Amino acid sequence: MGSMIISTLIRTLLAGTPLLLGTLGEIVTERSGVLNLGVEGMMAIGAMTAFTVTMTTGSPWLGLLAAVAAGTLAAGIHAFVSITLKANQVVSGLALTMLGLGVSGLFGRPFIGRPLPSKLSTLSIPGLADIPVAGRILFSQDPLFYLAVILGILLWFLLTRTRWGIEIRSVGENPAAAEVQGINVARIRYLCVLLGGALAGMAGAHLSLVYSKSWTEGLTGGRGWIVIALTIFALWNPLRAFLGAFLFGCIFVLQYLLQPIGVPPNLLAMMPYLATLAVLLGGGLRKDHRRLLAPAKLGEAYTKGES
Amino acid sequence: MRISIRLQPRHEASAGRQIVVLLLSLLVGFVAVGVVFAVKGVNPLYALWKILAGSFGSLYGISETITKAIPLILIGSGLTLAFRAKFWNIGAESQLLMGAIFATWIGLNLGPRLPGWMVIPLMFLVGFLGGAIWGALPALFKVRFGVNEVISTLMLNYVAAEFLNLLIVGPWKGITQQGFPYTDDLPPSATLSVIPGTRIHYLTLLIALACAVILFFLVHSTKFGYELRVVGENPEAARYAGIDFFRTTVTLMVISGGVAGLAGVGETAGIHHHLTYPGVISAGYGFTAIIVAWLAKLNPLASIVSALFFAGILVGGDAIQISLGLPAATVHVFNGVLLFFLIMGDAFVNKRLVVSLVRRG
Amino acid sequence: MPGAGIQRFSATIRHGIVTSTVVRYSQSIMPKIDLLEMIDISKSFHRTRANQRVNLRIGSGEILGLLGENGAGKTTLMNILYGLIAPDSGEIRINGQAVRIESPRDAIELGIGMVHQHFMLIENHTVAENIALGLSDAPFLSPSRHVARRLVEFGERFGLKINPQERIWQLSAGEQQRVEIVKALVKGADLLILDEPTSVLTPQETEQLFVILRRMSEEGHSVIFISHKLEEILSICHRVLVLRKGEVAGKAETKDVDKRELARMMVGREIIFRIERPELERGELVLDVRELVVPGDRQRMAVRGVGFQVFRNEIFGIAGVSGNGQRELVEAVTGLRKASQGAVLLGGQNITNANARVVASRGISHVPEERIRFGVVPNLFVYENAVLKQHRQRLFSRVLFLNFGSIRKYASTIIERFNVSVPTIDTPVKNLSGGNIQKLILGREISGQPALLVAAHPTYGLDVGATEYIRQQLLEKRGEGLAVLLVSEDLEEIFELCDRIAVMYEGRFMGIVSTAQATMENIGLMMAGSMPEGAGAGADSKPEGAGAGAGAVPGGAGPLTSGAAGDQE
Repeated sequence: MGSMIISTLIRTLLAGTPLLLGTLGEIVTERSGVLNLGVEGMMAIGAMTAFTVTMTTGSPWLGLLAAVAAGTLAAGIHAFVSITLKANQVVSGLALTMLGLGVSGLFGRPFIGRPLPSKLSTLSIPGLADIPVAGRILFSQDPLFYLAVILGILLWFLLTRTRWGIEIRSVGENPAAAEVQGINVARIRYLCVLLGGALAGMAGAHLSLVYSKSWTEGLTGGRGWIVIALTIFALWNPLRAFLGAFLFGCIFVLQYLLQPIGVPPNLLAMMPYLATLAVLLGGGLRKDHRRLLAPAKLGEAYTKGES
Repeated sequence: MRISIRLQPRHEASAGRQIVVLLLSLLVGFVAVGVVFAVKGVNPLYALWKILAGSFGSLYGISETITKAIPLILIGSGLTLAFRAKFWNIGAESQLLMGAIFATWIGLNLGPRLPGWMVIPLMFLVGFLGGAIWGALPALFKVRFGVNEVISTLMLNYVAAEFLNLLIVGPWKGITQQGFPYTDDLPPSATLSVIPGTRIHYLTLLIALACAVILFFLVHSTKFGYELRVVGENPEAARYAGIDFFRTTVTLMVISGGVAGLAGVGETAGIHHHLTYPGVISAGYGFTAIIVAWLAKLNPLASIVSALFFAGILVGGDAIQISLGLPAATVHVFNGVLLFFLIMGDAFVNKRLVVSLVRRG
Repeated sequence: MPGAGIQRFSATIRHGIVTSTVVRYSQSIMPKIDLLEMIDISKSFHRTRANQRVNLRIGSGEILGLLGENGAGKTTLMNILYGLIAPDSGEIRINGQAVRIESPRDAIELGIGMVHQHFMLIENHTVAENIALGLSDAPFLSPSRHVARRLVEFGERFGLKINPQERIWQLSAGEQQRVEIVKALVKGADLLILDEPTSVLTPQETEQLFVILRRMSEEGHSVIFISHKLEEILSICHRVLVLRKGEVAGKAETKDVDKRELARMMVGREIIFRIERPELERGELVLDVRELVVPGDRQRMAVRGVGFQVFRNEIFGIAGVSGNGQRELVEAVTGLRKASQGAVLLGGQNITNANARVVASRGISHVPEERIRFGVVPNLFVYENAVLKQHRQRLFSRVLFLNFGSIRKYASTIIERFNVSVPTIDTPVKNLSGGNIQKLILGREISGQPALLVAAHPTYGLDVGATEYIRQQLLEKRGEGLAVLLVSEDLEEIFELCDRIAVMYEGRFMGIVSTAQATMENIGLMMAGSMPEGAGAGADSKPEGAGAGAGAVPGGAGPLTSGAAGDQE
């Protein structure tokens, strides 16, 4: 019983890591005022790229790097269309999702079902990993988990306690006011969107290299959309993203736990999506207060000189 | 002296210019897809020729194109309504499925006992209802709880798909289907007839065309259509004008979802004759229809032409899948690339590229 | 010494001779701007010539007024100076050297700061965060704390008191403006551009601002003061430059000119200073508001118990600085916001908390503030906008369908009768000028023969011609029996048009007075929350919830009543 709890917790953290990475990226993007609905597509491209590069080069680290690059590139398309061309951000994000799912399916085809030869081995932090219960759960995870945690804290610090953070948040709240103080709004937005893409790519890499260690079409399974919902749930605060990501990681794991009891698998498969709806509906019950926490100009294109 | 490149907004964009930009966007989009093909090792021109030949080069091809256009016209025209009000309905896939599910229930339970001329209209009615309910849910969520409709419609997509999976391996599993995950076949009274030699279930086609026309008049000539457009163009002015946001949103989603439900009825009663995996029934129509609507510039009548165009791509896509061994995901690539270039084209229609030599001082 | 603190140096060489040099200094040892010149500046947008060969000079310690009506080109000129727009031709020189200002960053580095008419502040952020934004000397880590310390320093120098931890939305307009000024000064502004700074201030706050500006001028800072208010220009500025239709129409030392001359330069003709408001006997009661309490957006009560009545043949004005509950009061009366207590009766019928459509159908029309945001749908055509609230009336629609024939005819009638200049009724409204949009809205709202017209800031941002027209229309309709509820920050407008004036402060009416017996001074005091001495003289109802009614400000002379301005704290 105890070991089952431990393994559940370990797998919760495992399942939650890609969600955390994706959410952190989308938080930064949205804080700068850009809505990127293409997370599902970027994650898919990241997953496929990581897998194919790892398979062809034998190095999972190269795969990870390639995934980050691919995610950044994909985000760059959305950035160009939304920031420079000032087109409709919702539709651009949807197009990115379609493109990402399509490209990853197209180029990942030959690799479907093939086993991963070299893996990202788990990193055990010496000393800390020996703590009886917590050690195995928290300190013997894959390297991306640690990276995600560090990034989360770093990004929280960046957004709330540094000058860059003030600039990013100002650009999302009132880009005209920032422009007038000499801030280059477009440049900051580009950087934030690209960072979001890098993290989404990383999240995808985790899915194919660590979580499932394989590639199929549909590997992302809607996680990109869950990330977008988690961004709202986290109230655009990186620290709260931890809560949301691991909560949902838990829900994914529960599917496997409850199956042996006889709960129909299809019902279980619905759980993450119903949970997302529930979380958003719950947030909506206290709507007035919450709505004021979203970046004021989220999703609106900004034209220089317009106030 | 230096070169400055700026995008300057222009006042008017004539209809002619809009069409030219549209065609240009599509052209560039095709070139981009061609590049993707080339990277994959496929000759883009050959692929393009195969696509055209597959969809419009033979009688069979044309009939298939029309067949696939039927659900696209229905869903596409419904989406133009929703998008005009800036309600991003990404859930047409599941609205279609719910329509199919509801209609199948009628078909399997009442079909054997009632004549066709009673069952079929009932199926369409109930199918509309199924899609309408599934469409009204996200509308309610948005208006009452402020839930972003992109996420809620998408989540409902997954929920509905799993629900269908549940049905076909569980309570609705077909006795006659030898273990396959199908429901039983629909009885003849619940089946739509087709034009001989093709798969065109013409009743649905007529309904689709009628819907496109009705929706066109709805958007342009009715109070509801006016209110819908105001809500989409300037929601604050809509509030000032006393337009009921709740009623407008729910009504338009009832229509948009219901019309998608009709498509579901058509696919089930006209093509498959039973329920099976969600991916087979809805076949990505709900997503392709998004681009159909966008290409049609949110005009329900234009979506007829736009739907035929994309149906052609789908049929051609099937053709090259077989002959060139490309996966189904290729269609998503097409859709994504074309949509990107369409919105880029939109951005250029209203702006002018000004390249000038700037001298200072 | 040479080279110290110079960030960038570039020279233009033509035919082997250095023809101009551009020097950019780092912030710490920036020389004062002794002389700034804008030479032959021209700028066009599409086919409109916003600035034509404008020349401007300002020296250290000077306060230069930039006068002109809306659309004259003042803001464009200053946007060019601040680097937001590039001029088509012309040159800017500081202390004799030509400079390139290609972005606000360049302007800030050169010592130019700007305070916009609509504050460019981040509402959800604190004062410190706003000032830290774009401040290059702020440290990377915890910049807010560093800024908070510097704020104290500035506060003492110029007499500005600001709390760095407060969030902007918690501050009054005057306080926000002070944040904007400090922001510019902290960034090293030597020359400060103020765009219509007094439009959101009470007369007393305006005096306080003038004190600050005079102190700055004594320290050698220069100020460009953009305004269309003649009294203020005469009061605070040393010199004035008048723009009309993009060109310089005149310049003068303020001690040498008077209002009439300035007005003539500004408009090119004699303008009527007072529209005649005929004495009318007011008719029957139309609107009766009783003890209305309306919540605001951030869990505060915006309207705290307001009661008043509006009669036919009368214009009832609500004066006061924006943000004291006027918007919420208007929304409650027009059905856009729910009141939590109290009642609204129209012609005896209770319409409290009825929705906007019902309210409109019972006879209340509404010309909203922020006309483009709330009053029209810019992407739709003129004829479609002409029936924005009326589209459900039987004349324009039947069962499901709209009757385009009658809609178009109605639109054409409005256009003609209200002087709206449009190419056709099929033009999208976004192509119309502000004045024409407002006339369209006014026409639409008045044509339905309403019982009550609610007009919020109806002439805000309009040029003199459109403003005159709208005010005349309001008076005309008043004569024909209309009851008008007018909300405005423009005291001149209030005095011109209204029969009775209520002053709103922090959700309550400080007093309701008849215009004949009101003075600018008393109104100004009430706007700032004080009860004037001998309050109630000529008032026909008790001041509502006056609360503390702190003692009247001593000696207070507003800028609009006399030239002498005393030092006030």
